[in-house]
Amino acid sequence: MPAYWLFLIVLAIAAVGFVLGRMRALQSAKGDSRALHSLKGYYGWNVALKVLIPALLVLVVWQLAYPLYTNATVAGLIPEASVNDGSSADLVLAEVRRTANGLEAAVASGQIADTQARDTLADPVAMTDSLRSAGQIVTSELTTPILNAAQHYRAMGETGALIRTVVVLLVAFGGLFWGLSDSYKDFRARNTVEQTVKYLLIAAASIAILTTLGIVLSLIGNTIRFFNLYPASEFFGSLTWQPSFGGGSELGIWPLLWGTLYISFVALLVAVPIGLFAAVYLSEYASPKLRAFAKPALEVLAGIPTIVYGLFALLTIGPLLISVFGPDGAGWMTGTRSVMTAGIAMGIMLIPFVSSLSDDIINAVPQAMRDGSYGLGATKSETVKQVVLPAALPGIVGAVLLAASRAIGETMIVVLGAGAAARLSLNPLEAMTTVTTRIVSQLTGDADFASPEALVAFALGMTLFVLTLGLNVFALYIVRTYREQYD
Amino acid sequence: MTDASMPTDTPRHGKSIMVADAHTKKRNASEKRFQAYGLAAIGAGVFFLLVLLGAILSNGLSAFQQTFIEVPVYLDAAKLDKNGNRDPEDLKKVSTFGYNPLIQNAILEQVQAAGIDTPLDKASEMKALISASAAAQLRDRVIANPDLVGETVDFRILAASRVDGYLKGRVQREDLARDKNIDAVHLDIVDQMRERGLLAKAFNWEFVFGADASESRPEQAGIGIAMLGSFFMMLVVLALALPIGVAASIYLEEFAPQNWFTDLIEVNISNLAAVPSIVFGILGLSVFIQFAGLPQSAPLVGGLVLTLMTLPTIIISTRAALKAVPPSIRDAALGIGASKMQSVFHHVLPLAMPGILTGTIIGLAQALGETAPLLLIGMVGYIATNAPDGLVEGFMSPNSAMPAQIYEWAKRADPAYYERAWGGIIILLVFLLSMNIIAIILRRRFERRW
Repeated sequence: MPAYWLFLIVLAIAAVGFVLGRMRALQSAKGDSRALHSLKGYYGWNVALKVLIPALLVLVVWQLAYPLYTNATVAGLIPEASVNDGSSADLVLAEVRRTANGLEAAVASGQIADTQARDTLADPVAMTDSLRSAGQIVTSELTTPILNAAQHYRAMGETGALIRTVVVLLVAFGGLFWGLSDSYKDFRARNTVEQTVKYLLIAAASIAILTTLGIVLSLIGNTIRFFNLYPASEFFGSLTWQPSFGGGSELGIWPLLWGTLYISFVALLVAVPIGLFAAVYLSEYASPKLRAFAKPALEVLAGIPTIVYGLFALLTIGPLLISVFGPDGAGWMTGTRSVMTAGIAMGIMLIPFVSSLSDDIINAVPQAMRDGSYGLGATKSETVKQVVLPAALPGIVGAVLLAASRAIGETMIVVLGAGAAARLSLNPLEAMTTVTTRIVSQLTGDADFASPEALVAFALGMTLFVLTLGLNVFALYIVRTYREQYD
Repeated sequence: MTDASMPTDTPRHGKSIMVADAHTKKRNASEKRFQAYGLAAIGAGVFFLLVLLGAILSNGLSAFQQTFIEVPVYLDAAKLDKNGNRDPEDLKKVSTFGYNPLIQNAILEQVQAAGIDTPLDKASEMKALISASAAAQLRDRVIANPDLVGETVDFRILAASRVDGYLKGRVQREDLARDKNIDAVHLDIVDQMRERGLLAKAFNWEFVFGADASESRPEQAGIGIAMLGSFFMMLVVLALALPIGVAASIYLEEFAPQNWFTDLIEVNISNLAAVPSIVFGILGLSVFIQFAGLPQSAPLVGGLVLTLMTLPTIIISTRAALKAVPPSIRDAALGIGASKMQSVFHHVLPLAMPGILTGTIIGLAQALGETAPLLLIGMVGYIATNAPDGLVEGFMSPNSAMPAQIYEWAKRADPAYYERAWGGIIILLVFLLSMNIIAIILRRRFERRW
């Protein structure tokens, strides 16, 4: 029975439990709902929750744990000899899984008889052919150990599904009887239900912690695996980035970091002056009419997905730069992808980010400070430059740091606009590559996840995570430490 | 009278305050300059917005138009149905190669019948004019309706991408030397066919509802299936992020005690809001695909990743909405005997709902446009040709998503795909715009000021 059917059945049992629980409680009060401790609905909910929560918990844990158990068992069945050179146990296991799924699908469509699929003595060559003719993907000729492992895998999957169904249904019915036996008029159903709901709320709030934990664990685990295969001193010390999936790669992070920081710098060079001046004008000078038009217009820029900026960089900014600096113009630029291409697009994306954050901060500076400045005879711009901006400076620095962390973590614009060549160069018209683009390219190929060339993506992700988190914490620290408190 | 008298011999300032001196002029000039900088900055921002929208519209609108050739095709029974029994199973045995000569013949006949002056006189030379997908479309139609065999049917054929590009001005005659797909003789035919009304541009529904096509036939590619992928992902996000986000916010706003655990949750939420989206992709790859064994490229996995990404957005806006409900409401509910839980679920939550929904829609819009995490969980490069059969298929079978499809098109070498990418962006932006408008309307209509 597929998991979603099981899920629906559990839901149905819970619904039945709700009705039964309510009825039973009402009966115990002889139909007089005033004799109940709680409103009658709570008795229903009590039963429904006692069915749902344990049963679904068991289902989820089973779904996660059982594949691990099957993989471990089946991996033990594969003899060392059937793992070829240049291959790995993981790859063989993937092959076993693929074969098992192929058998399953072929049996389901009726192209291979079930008994034939189970026959451990079947000829692997004939089986390969019949799987192929059934339209299943078989990468290479099957061997007897792999075929047997696949058959075992398939059998384990079937028994697993059966046990799962039985266990989940048992738990659900157990919950049903537990809840029903509680459904008596003096049972404090409301208190129980409310306590349970509160735990559910806490569980929902804890998902944020789990997510962070998941991110950190998946990054750290794979980063450690990477450093076991590739020396950390090379990763942090080498100045070249030359991955080759055949082996002998040089995976130095510096060219990527340089590209990332350079492009972010160009982006901030575009975004900070425009965003800051726009914020000052909007909060100090603009008439309400202009403000009502310009502020939303700038914020539209923030709502546009980054893929649009990526395409804009690649197909509009790039060709524009080429026509000015390219072979027909100044002759400094060779391809449409460059630091400038990506940097300008990213800068446009960051304008509303800088402007709306700064706008809030400038508006938070009290009017009395401006009035004091005007009273001393300062002009508006002098007030802005000498009173408002210094007072708002910590917040503005924080906003710029947040924008920088955005720029460093941005992916689509650089994937489309920045190019793939890793180089340490000062020329902003050359193509360079970034940490995020390399994560994408190292993880989207067909590489197996055991090679350092794929695992390096996790080390890069770790770097990115630490870098952006550090910038955010630093921004918060600056804002908290240097903020002026006005009352 | 005092002894001190006004010194009369000191020279008086010769200047009136009505006349600006050099210093004042300088200060006023700097004031003007400063204002001009500000205006210029706003102007630059608005200018960038207009250029961006202009680029999208000017490059993308043409994707909604496609060149078609109307032609009567004779479905030769001798070739398509050798047994003569019109059995669909037999018809299926004829591959698209069997249909190509029929279509090419039909085009040639039409060209000759219309008196078009051309040196080409072989049917196979018409191949460059029509899309490679035409034969498959004709075959599907015949299999669906076997009685058509032996008759002449009017058939609307997609023109080849180069012909389409020529009509739209993308393919220029000067570039023909480098183009091996079409030559000047064909373009002469196209010009004359257009004059005679045999070939024209029409609205391209296939682009909106169709599937992506292989790299060599951009004229056939559509975004419809990717739209379905996005739709299923948004279902997952809505079904998970809204209840979890609301539950988390209720706990944090209404129940959480001041302790280290609450602080931990708060810190985590604000950190997650700042984590780059690609890191969520790494999380999805290693937790949902490698660890939990969910299928690659499935909208379910994409939806889960986007759920985690949008949770902070939804939590932040929900908390703001809950905060905006005045404490007197809670006090009144508690005062007439409601429990704390009842006061929240019966009174505070319904009053905060408009704000929560607005925040949710904005979070969904953000998730709809997100691309980077989808690249890592494999929702790119996969060409889903058919719409999923059912709900479970929709969640579990590999698919793409709108922004991932746009990225895929932008990567392809043929410039005809760039037009598709821009067109896809128009559709994506239409979705985002309508979601944001709905959010604004919700806020305007139901927002309550206390």
